[in-house]
Amino acid sequence: MIPGSYFFILSVILFILGVIAFFVKRDLITQFLSIEVMLNAGNLAFIAFARALNSLHGQVIVFFIITVAAAEAAVGLAIILLIFRQKKTIKSEDMNLMKG
Amino acid sequence: MTEIFWLIPFLPLLSSFILAIFGRTLPKKYISFQACLAVFASFIISVISFFGLLKISQESYPLIKSLFTWIASGSFTINFSLQFDPLSAVMAMVVSGVGFIIHVYSVGYMDKDKGYSRYFTYLNLFTFAMLLLVMSSNIVLMFVGWEGVGLCSYLLIGFWFEKDSAANAGKKAFIVTRIGDLGFLLGIFFIFVHIGSAEFTAINQAISGGAVTQGLATLIALLLFMGAVGKSAQIPLYVWLPDAMEGPTPVSALIHAATMVTAGVYMVCRMNLLYTLSGTAALVVGVIGAVTAVYAATMALTQNDIKRVLAYSTISQIGYMFIGCGVGAYSAGMFHLYTHAFFKSLLFLSAGSVMHALSGELDMRKMGGLRKYLPFTYPAFLIGAIAIAGVPFLSGFFSKDAILTQAFANKQYFIWILGVLGAILTAFYMFRLIFLTFQGEERLEPEAKEHLHESPPVMTIPLGILAFFSIIAGFIGVPAVFGEKLNWFNKFLEPVMRPGHEVHLSIQTEWLLIIISVAVALFGIYLAYIFYIKKPQTPHQLNAKFPYVYKLLYNKYYVDEIYNAVFVKPVVRGSEIVYDNFDLKVIDGAVNGSASVTGLSGKILSYLQTGLIKDYALVFLFGVILFLGYLLF
Repeated sequence: MIPGSYFFILSVILFILGVIAFFVKRDLITQFLSIEVMLNAGNLAFIAFARALNSLHGQVIVFFIITVAAAEAAVGLAIILLIFRQKKTIKSEDMNLMKG
Repeated sequence: MTEIFWLIPFLPLLSSFILAIFGRTLPKKYISFQACLAVFASFIISVISFFGLLKISQESYPLIKSLFTWIASGSFTINFSLQFDPLSAVMAMVVSGVGFIIHVYSVGYMDKDKGYSRYFTYLNLFTFAMLLLVMSSNIVLMFVGWEGVGLCSYLLIGFWFEKDSAANAGKKAFIVTRIGDLGFLLGIFFIFVHIGSAEFTAINQAISGGAVTQGLATLIALLLFMGAVGKSAQIPLYVWLPDAMEGPTPVSALIHAATMVTAGVYMVCRMNLLYTLSGTAALVVGVIGAVTAVYAATMALTQNDIKRVLAYSTISQIGYMFIGCGVGAYSAGMFHLYTHAFFKSLLFLSAGSVMHALSGELDMRKMGGLRKYLPFTYPAFLIGAIAIAGVPFLSGFFSKDAILTQAFANKQYFIWILGVLGAILTAFYMFRLIFLTFQGEERLEPEAKEHLHESPPVMTIPLGILAFFSIIAGFIGVPAVFGEKLNWFNKFLEPVMRPGHEVHLSIQTEWLLIIISVAVALFGIYLAYIFYIKKPQTPHQLNAKFPYVYKLLYNKYYVDEIYNAVFVKPVVRGSEIVYDNFDLKVIDGAVNGSASVTGLSGKILSYLQTGLIKDYALVFLFGVILFLGYLLF
């Protein structure tokens, strides 16, 4: 039996990797991927808690999150595609229309 | 039926509302019908209420109808309440009666005007305000009417506001009367403070109960009279009235001759106990009236503008009314107000008819010989002129004679002499007007002559009605020499104007005074006849002999110029200085300064907005870390 704390540690490691990747990488797709990693780190934490507390709630929530994340991924990729068509680049530094 | 008297002012108000909202879409025929009908209905109700008033006993005067509590503040309340007593009855009938005739006349006169519905909206609103003024049972509500008529006067003087002169005349009227209104308002405040109620009945009770000292009475009376001086165009605030002739002629007839300008006289009569208590105030009223009567008449002598002559004549006649009030003969003053309403609006409407015939010409030098072209207007004008001149048995004779007799009887000989002098001048300038306009040689412009025509019946019939009343209106106030019981008008007003003010002369003296005033009137007419018909060169000779006098009169004593130099210019100059130094520098500086401070700080803070997702995410991350740190440690 794997102790529960391992899952939490893995979840934290995944999350931190996601954060680092988000700040280090420059193209939108990789950043998007790192966001997904953070999201799934969260999912993992949910499931770990569900197991530790012997409750199904955490698992149910994860199902919902995965469903929504699928939709979100579709929209996010579509946006990135459109940005590429417009600007011929997906580097996030090149996107500063909101500069004050 | 008398209980419905409170409806009198509201019918014109209702009509005015409807016209203001729907006037643009309604057909002209309907507009004129509704506007006239509303005023006529008011007139009918006034007459019904008047007869109702005769039936009930004098102890129940005044009838009061309180509609709702208007202002309630602590122990002090003012009701929106109307009253009906002999004085209000006379005024309400004059206002709605003459008002109705002038409404009808306007239908013809304003026929081609593009502001047709606007005109009747204002005219109805004016009728409402004037009726409110004369029927309110407290002085505050009276002040509402007082300002309401001032507003309508402004709107109607500036009716043709595309013309600069009309717009300026409107402003002048508004501002000059406002000076007087300041006094009126202060008077009301003093009444509040010292009497504690604004109701006329309470004020009268306080005065007759001895709660008001003579000094206080003088103060209040003079302050209120200041308002009357402005509204009724007396020295020194008369300057707005001649300029007010820029408005449409029926407006001049209704507002600036028959009703609004006499509001001051009404007010003094309404507060007659106050003026009687304070002898000084009454004397001031009488002297200002007498001086104005003569002074304005001299200015009328040399004017060439037909309406301006009538305007100065109005100022002068209101002076007579104030003479009556000043010597304590309030009902004589009211009597003159009542007769004057007929013959002066007749004169104005006839002048309007002349203008109509001559395509808007006002200059008497370009008239003459119109008698044969205007077979109806001429006799109407003549009747008006005879009535105002004071020829026996027309209305003006009775009322003017009543005032002068009372002035003499109260031993105000100075005022009496001025009054007689004014009467000569009145007869003279009125017949100068007649002779220059209707008699003698024609001096018409060729194109004006082409369009020369008598006015349509909708205009001449009102003239006929007014002419009829100008002749007979005086017979309800016949002087005592013809029989003690005949002065019905005085008797009717007695409950409001307590008897005992009027001193009775011996029959011989009265006859003498009547003969003097008749002689004076005829002398004035004869003088005009010599000047303008028999020896038309006389005016020019006199002019050559006394050029300065003529110039002084022709330029109206340079009063407008003096006022401009003494009051208007310094105020304008001072405003400019304040504008340059305070408005531009301090106020604009503060506003612009705060704008630039905001702009600058916005600019600095905007550097935080890089537009890069990573920077925002970093801030977000730090926020989360800080928050977690706070929670954990």
